[in-house]
Amino acid sequence: MFYNVSRRVLLAIFAIAVIVPSSIVVLGTFKKDIEIYTKPLAFPKHWSLTNFHNLINQGNVFVPFKNSLIVAFFSVFFTLLIASMAAFAISRMITVTGKVLFLLFSLGLAIPGQVNIIPIYLLFVKLHLTNSLVGLILVNIAITLPISIFILTTFFRDLPKEMFEVAGIDGAGLFRTYRSIALPLSRPAMGATGIFLFVICWNDLLYPLMLITQSDKKTLPLTLIDFRGEYATSYSMLFTAIMVASVPMVLMYIFMQKSFVAGLTAGAVKG
Amino acid sequence: MALPAVAIYSFLYLYPAISNLLYSTQRWDGVTKAQFVGLHNFKYLATSDDLFHKIVANNFRFSFVVVILQTLFSLMFAIFLLKNTKANIFLRTLFFFPTILSSVSVGLIWTFLYNPNFGFINASLKAIGLNKLALNWLSDGRYSLYSIAIAQIWFHTGQMIVIYLAGLQQIPAELYEAADVDGATRWQQFRNITWPMALPTTAVVVAYTTIQTFRAFDLVYAMTQGGPMNSSDLIVTSIYNMAFGAYKFGYASAESVVLVVVVLVITWIQRRTLRVDYGSR
Repeated sequence: MFYNVSRRVLLAIFAIAVIVPSSIVVLGTFKKDIEIYTKPLAFPKHWSLTNFHNLINQGNVFVPFKNSLIVAFFSVFFTLLIASMAAFAISRMITVTGKVLFLLFSLGLAIPGQVNIIPIYLLFVKLHLTNSLVGLILVNIAITLPISIFILTTFFRDLPKEMFEVAGIDGAGLFRTYRSIALPLSRPAMGATGIFLFVICWNDLLYPLMLITQSDKKTLPLTLIDFRGEYATSYSMLFTAIMVASVPMVLMYIFMQKSFVAGLTAGAVKG
Repeated sequence: MALPAVAIYSFLYLYPAISNLLYSTQRWDGVTKAQFVGLHNFKYLATSDDLFHKIVANNFRFSFVVVILQTLFSLMFAIFLLKNTKANIFLRTLFFFPTILSSVSVGLIWTFLYNPNFGFINASLKAIGLNKLALNWLSDGRYSLYSIAIAQIWFHTGQMIVIYLAGLQQIPAELYEAADVDGATRWQQFRNITWPMALPTTAVVVAYTTIQTFRAFDLVYAMTQGGPMNSSDLIVTSIYNMAFGAYKFGYASAESVVLVVVVLVITWIQRRTLRVDYGSR
């Protein structure tokens, strides 16, 4: 009895704690600032798309949206490609090299990526990779490689060995086995890892903050930060921008919930 | 086939990590010539830099609060939501939702909620007559760090619930059935079955949350930028400010070496204690 009541109460509290802020943001996108301040949870007096119009007209959300999309897409694509190749090679190598390589990449799991901000910045200044989307993509690949290789290696190791041995007998080389057997089999794992990587790249703040100063190269998190005014923040505009920035994640969450949750938790468990 | 990965990893991960060690022995503003100072940066960090000591203490406080509460909440909610009923599946989906937002969005939404004048939290507190509890959540140095901790817990508890669910679902149902037959209370079942059986999962959740809190940057940057008076400054925000605000690249590198050491030591201690604990049962 006591358990059931407290269970319900606590679940309700957490549910409210998630629903209320989300509703404030969603409703706020249709309101004027003053309405957000006075009645954050009420339905807007007039459902108006003015905020979205203003946001688009000011032109400071379309470009960062595009930039974020480019950076996230290419980072995920190349990381998955490079990591899966390495992971497959490591999982097929019974020799010392495989173990050494695995250990080498595991080292990257122990060192937080944030530690490298200064050397990466100085290196990228030298290489003229600041204010460049390519630079951001390279950083993302480097940071997410260890965890991706870790997740994918454990996955490849769990696949039945016989399949690869048979392919070997039939004369397929390492690359051929990877492309024709391992890759098709690993689609769920790659999907989950890909979503996990996409979230990281889409949301990253630290590296863009340091590497990007030109406004036409900014990504969404940087743009959101800019909405926080020096003295006063226009929350109607901020909420609208947050809404726009969250749309891809929300869509992915709705349509690919299983892989989404699997990816985000695999990243945590394996990391 | 592992070559591209090795190349990128060496060039953009290992090489920077090593040059970071080198920078940490220099005094350098990023413009003029770097000056080798040996271990001076570390000596200064350890003995004379009161601000850095405060920031490290902040980070430990922040980690402690977040790790304890987030682990507790996520274990509790995972137990609540263990059965695969429709309502539970819906609530799992709902609780996971904050995880998919970007940290900057979360930080800015909470900045609004915490606003002392028109923020939702104080407005609600005043509406039910609790004016005394309507604090300056982010602009009072006594509360800012913990206010950010609450946002962090809100942000990531859903993710940890899912990890706990995966762990709890591995526990054989027969154990609970046998306990029921023996007339064990809910608390006894938790104490003697759930807790020990979920200990490996707890180890994962605690380790992950700890590292996450020592890497924390985005929420602080979005909400307080470390203020007021460095009361919510954490190690990574201080590294960032030292390098890109004060242009002390060598010194900032030394701070980041300290961060690595702290993270490695904590991970090591946790692995030892939690593993020993697990083995003894």
